[in-house]
Amino acid sequence: MKSIKLSRRALLKTSLAIGAGLTIGFELPVARTRSTMAQTPGVFTPNQWLSIDRDGLVTITNSVPEMGQGSMTTTTIIIADELDADWSRIRVNQAPADPKRYANPVTGSQSYGGSRGVRDHIEMWRKSAAAAREMLRQAAADEWGVPVDQVDTEPGVVVHRATGRRLPYGKLVDRAQALPVPQNPKLKTPDKFRYIGKNLHRLDTPDKVTGRAIYGMDVQVPGMLVGLIERAPVVAGGKVQSFDATAAKAVPGVKHVVQVTHGVAVVADRFPAALAGRRALTVTWDHGPLAQLSSEEISREYATLAKQSGQVARKDGDVEKTLGAGGRTLEAAYEVPYLEHACMEVMNATAHVMPDSCVVWAPTQNPGSTQSTAAKISGLPPEKVTVNTTLLGGGFGRRGEVDFIVDAVETAKAVGAPVKLMWTREDDIRHGFYRPATYNVFRGALDANGMPAAWFHRIVGPGILTQKGRAPANSVDPAAVTIARELPYDIPNLQVEWVNKDFGVPVGFWRSVGASQNGFVTECFIDEMAHLAGKDPFEYRRALLAKSPRHKAVLELAAARANWGAPAPAGRARGIAVAFSYGSYAAHVVEASVAADGRVRAHRIVCAIDCGLAVNPDQVKAQMEGGAVYALTAALYGQITVDKGGVQQSNFDNYPMMRINEMPTVETHILDSGEAPGGLGEPGVPPVAPALCNAIFALTGKRIRRLPISVEELKRA
Amino acid sequence: MITLVVNGKPQRVDVGPDQPLLWVIREDLRLTGTKYGCGMALCGACTVHLDGTPVRSCVTPVSAAAGKRVTTIEGLSAQGTHPVQRAWMEVDAPQCGFCQSGQIMSAAALLARKASPTDADIDAAMAGNICRCGTYQRIRAAIHRAAALKKGGAR
Repeated sequence: MKSIKLSRRALLKTSLAIGAGLTIGFELPVARTRSTMAQTPGVFTPNQWLSIDRDGLVTITNSVPEMGQGSMTTTTIIIADELDADWSRIRVNQAPADPKRYANPVTGSQSYGGSRGVRDHIEMWRKSAAAAREMLRQAAADEWGVPVDQVDTEPGVVVHRATGRRLPYGKLVDRAQALPVPQNPKLKTPDKFRYIGKNLHRLDTPDKVTGRAIYGMDVQVPGMLVGLIERAPVVAGGKVQSFDATAAKAVPGVKHVVQVTHGVAVVADRFPAALAGRRALTVTWDHGPLAQLSSEEISREYATLAKQSGQVARKDGDVEKTLGAGGRTLEAAYEVPYLEHACMEVMNATAHVMPDSCVVWAPTQNPGSTQSTAAKISGLPPEKVTVNTTLLGGGFGRRGEVDFIVDAVETAKAVGAPVKLMWTREDDIRHGFYRPATYNVFRGALDANGMPAAWFHRIVGPGILTQKGRAPANSVDPAAVTIARELPYDIPNLQVEWVNKDFGVPVGFWRSVGASQNGFVTECFIDEMAHLAGKDPFEYRRALLAKSPRHKAVLELAAARANWGAPAPAGRARGIAVAFSYGSYAAHVVEASVAADGRVRAHRIVCAIDCGLAVNPDQVKAQMEGGAVYALTAALYGQITVDKGGVQQSNFDNYPMMRINEMPTVETHILDSGEAPGGLGEPGVPPVAPALCNAIFALTGKRIRRLPISVEELKRA
Repeated sequence: MITLVVNGKPQRVDVGPDQPLLWVIREDLRLTGTKYGCGMALCGACTVHLDGTPVRSCVTPVSAAAGKRVTTIEGLSAQGTHPVQRAWMEVDAPQCGFCQSGQIMSAAALLARKASPTDADIDAAMAGNICRCGTYQRIRAAIHRAAALKKGGAR
């Protein structure tokens, strides 16, 4: 097999891509916001992203919540590099909720998901830092009375090349502050990067290994009480009919029992008292419209609906005609369950509602909606609501929701004191926003050469955007058909349909969203076609990717590094899969075994990732390692089921997580394509489950078409 | 009143004997490095040492800690320089970091009893600690590194 060679041209493309990217549409809010910013004497504040004091200390404001993806470090790397800051003289702040200054320039909101941190902000951050660097150079040139093009920067210092004179940034802040902010500063060429592309240590690690790191649940506010909400036994639609708080109020430490939107809040001086009070509470529920809903009904209904036609998401050629033309065909049905995010830090938020202001402390992916939600509940204008975004103990999409903000602000308002509103693990698993369960039917036909002549895929399930009212009525929800609609394989007759069926179970954005299930089903079905054709699954895909060169490149790189084609170690087999999601291309080869008792083990995962620009390569690898574990956990164990409208799982005993003893080695190979930056939190998830299941097929001849993988079905008699 | 020695300091707390040690540590002593994750000893986020032995503080009644030495992540080392902490920093083990206090306490207890743990030792000692970010590969590497640092002596 040929190895991947990167051409000089590919490397040079970096500068072109980034340079060209500057023309895309966002307004750099430097000059506009500067006039509205508080000016502190002796501090150079060219824009909302950075400031420098007279001691040369650089303060960088990170707008992207730190949920483990490394945003605190990545944001800093990007800004510090373009500013030419001294890496040892930097402090990082988390941005307040202030959409006018800190909104994502692409989405326009201060909400963070979709692996958008780097790719949406990098141009704005670089331009903001470049403007600051240009002002510092100008300030030094003025000081020395030399032309600005004779002065350059080194980390934290402006230098005059001809004379060797040097001025640290701290000595230039007053002069620089008086200069106009350049609107079109020149950016560094990539060969000048000092920090981007290097493996830099995370800035948050020291606090995270000493217990100093403050997450939402660690917030302490003077006079603070702790609340827990007794929630409906059903996943959605339950309403409090009546409640009796007598016994709860008799629990020592319980201060208040109040009804709120999501149930009845028991507020106490400490967590154990709130928990005991909640246990003593009697609530009569109206179970609402989902009272009889079960997962069996959902599956049954899906299978029925799969026989009806859906909205057409894509139609190339004539699938029906080709399927009926008499060639080799196959059909398959795939089903995947609801999944809960299970952030290690359960949902929580702390709020204090005062007559003329409100303060919220929250581990949130969505400071913007946290602010607007708190404003609505407290009856205050948004600018009177301060949002302190703490560290997040995991996000994965769950913390873009604001249900736990509603809990905290409503409860705090009702009791007139600061309240830390906690969830238990059981609350967290039973009242989530779940990755949609879907049912998929496929029909495929091979041509005379065994290559796909027709591909039909019908998806039955809810649309996340549709349920949230964020997709036009009767439109095809992109979150429901992603990857399936953009199938990269060159197949002349291709049809993708979506049957919108929503049972009312709340759905949400779960790490890689629709790509998680559609990556699984499409990459397994193409594998089925390859095997039917008697062809190698890697070569089969490769032959179909001529028009998708970036898919092809990662596929080839993963296969090469995994030694695809050479025999796997005894008792193991390899499976492969590739997917594009959230701006990046990933391919995985999973080497797996199946024990006699049916237990599946992934031993080695080789990942190739093309994320355009790798800002911090070691953290690119960290995201691929984490994505693999998230995906394997779902494939091996993940399922949320419903009975009588309630979620049947409750804690890690019945909603298990993968543990260290099951961890495969994960090798990540970064393909430097020189393209624009892509995302990283999500793209490492979609190919893992299909690569694992394709390995299981190669090993056992059993095709996994339903997740999680059934140990029973794989058990050898 | 129950008397405990937490991170070398005697502490008197006025709570019922069956109160979980976790909440005494977090709410009464305001040491928030020890985390609540599940409340059922299933995830290990609340791991602390009782006389050097790792326990899940979410299911340990505070009375069980009376008169014993309790060590939390804040007390593992004065300056964050325990070999496990140094190794964790070297490999950048944490992502979100929420589970890492518990991971580190489990790892420190393992190394105290086994100077050169094998991968199987690590699996056995660490399987009670869930990391949802999936940092297991780095945790394993960091434990091996910490063992080497420990042997090399504290520098």
